[in-house]
Amino acid sequence: MTQTTYTDGTLVRVEGLKKHFPVGGGLFKRAKSHIYAVDDVSFAIQKGKSLGLVGKSGCGKTTTGKMLVRLYDPTAGHIFLNDVEVGQVDLAEVKGAQLKTFRRRVQMIFQDPYESLNPRRTVFDTVVEPLAVQGIGDLIDREERVAGLLDMVGLTPANTFMFRFPHELSGGQRQRVAIARALIIDPTFIVADEPTSMLDVSIRIGVMQLMQELADRFAVSYLYITHDLAVARYMCQDIAVMYLGKLVEMAETEELLAHPLHPYTQALISAVPIPDPRLQRETLEIKGGIAQPIDPPLHCRFYDRCPFADNFCRDNDHPLLEDKGDGHKVACYKV
Amino acid sequence: MSLLLSVHDLTMHYATRKGEVSAVDNVSFDLAKGQSLGLVGESGCGKTSIVFALMRLLPENGMIKNGYIMLDGKDIVAMDYAALLKVRWRKIAMVFQAAMNALNPVYTVGQQIIEALELHLSNISPAQARERIAILFELVGLDPALMDRYPHEFSGGMRQRAVIAMALSCSPDIIIADEPTTALDVIVQDRILKRIRELQRELNMAMIYISHDIAVIAEVSDRIGVMYAGRMAEMAESADIFDRPMHPYTYALMGAFPSIKGKRRDLKTLPGEPPDLLDPPSGCRFHPRCPYATDVCREKQPDFTPVNGASRSDLTHGHYVACWHPMQGVTL
Repeated sequence: MTQTTYTDGTLVRVEGLKKHFPVGGGLFKRAKSHIYAVDDVSFAIQKGKSLGLVGKSGCGKTTTGKMLVRLYDPTAGHIFLNDVEVGQVDLAEVKGAQLKTFRRRVQMIFQDPYESLNPRRTVFDTVVEPLAVQGIGDLIDREERVAGLLDMVGLTPANTFMFRFPHELSGGQRQRVAIARALIIDPTFIVADEPTSMLDVSIRIGVMQLMQELADRFAVSYLYITHDLAVARYMCQDIAVMYLGKLVEMAETEELLAHPLHPYTQALISAVPIPDPRLQRETLEIKGGIAQPIDPPLHCRFYDRCPFADNFCRDNDHPLLEDKGDGHKVACYKV
Repeated sequence: MSLLLSVHDLTMHYATRKGEVSAVDNVSFDLAKGQSLGLVGESGCGKTSIVFALMRLLPENGMIKNGYIMLDGKDIVAMDYAALLKVRWRKIAMVFQAAMNALNPVYTVGQQIIEALELHLSNISPAQARERIAILFELVGLDPALMDRYPHEFSGGMRQRAVIAMALSCSPDIIIADEPTTALDVIVQDRILKRIRELQRELNMAMIYISHDIAVIAEVSDRIGVMYAGRMAEMAESADIFDRPMHPYTYALMGAFPSIKGKRRDLKTLPGEPPDLLDPPSGCRFHPRCPYATDVCREKQPDFTPVNGASRSDLTHGHYVACWHPMQGVTL
């Protein structure tokens, strides 16, 4: 563990992150193959900025998020957190008591507020738990902090919500409780895994705006995992597109949407329905493909579906993510 | 355009331990032959309940309190079981939300469609049925050889196509699609949406497409009905709903929808939450969240009123809104 800090404002830097899950096998039998759920992924998140991780289900975006909060242990790679309180740490290597300290700095918000809250616990119990685990403050102090935070997340007046149970709350209110719980110990970095995809349209925007306000107020950065490019556009300064365990493109949000370079990103953007009945979209047609990267062949992961692929793409390993100028990175031989 | 289906003052309740839930309240709409109507609204707005009523597939605690659903001069609400069998699949077919659950895992996909064909079209031979399925599979973009495979061998998108083929099997006049693409990824969703729309036009079927996603609705509908808390708030041609929304809820719904195209506009929040339909608000059900609400909105329910000279008797065209203070000429 080094104590040097970056001066360029990087908060999280992920290098060569991998997670391979064994398929089959058992207690005395070695697994024959592996799912390459996350395969050599690198990116950086600047302080106070948020990165959107976009891709279809099964592309490895949630696995990446769970490694960043160490709910999964990486197979290989580094996750450097550059933090005023704990210095620079490789999260991929922290253990035991250190892990507990680092959980003060990094938190997660889950997709489904109906499953992520314990139905037998009151709002107060749920939100106060991180403080109790970390041994911060006494009861009166904690109660004040919980009340203050409930006010901030829009559960007002706080004393009417404190002792309610999850079943007495709507979906939007539950997600607000989950946000309060993630923020109570003042983290610098939050992994938000589709936090609004289960919410109704009119509720969703409220929660998105709340998350943005709180990010500004507490100087928190998000890794915002979503399948919805339109939501990522509103929540994130940068977007990274994932496909079968690999990052295929990463750029500033408006740049990525206006000038997608990777054929998969182009297909993805052209397929998003537009809320305007007169608009005719031109779709980039791509072929169907496999759903899981089990022992993938040594060429571009997108090779089988790519309309532009040639022999070079087939005979060479998956292309590296290269900067094509102004931080617009893409992993494709044809660009 | 000739009138095909007419839903008039439909009112539905669900009995629960806490009391009766007013899920659908005085909803009316008409559907012309070959017309595509999109019903959009948030969960609990009553859009799926309307589908249950159209197919008469109500859950045990559901009841139709009032209204009629006229199809070919007959009222679906009053039909007995034998009459219903003649309507289901042959007149109105349905594409369900979860294709995974709509298919039986222990039969091949072909067998399941044959079963539907034999039940609804008497005197069809097995060979004829297979021939028909092959045509249907090609229509929805599946290899006919796949009909002897089991559902687990299909991907999510293929299953959804198979379910669409099944719905088309008896050449229905009306196809109802209840969020058929929500579980699919964007690229697959796009393909299915396009195919559904093409088929609907090629076969000149009428369609009722249900979704919470106004962008999806915009892509598949000639006409859009916006529902809120069990009532129809507004109904008009798709372009009019987008260009000239008159109900404050429609306006709010559009403003709350992020898009990846065009300028990045600020999204507007709608305060509050949809009401509890065990005890719906008095007057207009939207009034507690409406920025323009006045006393009359709190006291009296607004009628579903034609605007710009639309006719009251034929809801297949024209602009209708249920609001005491409809918005005029407001653009997003």
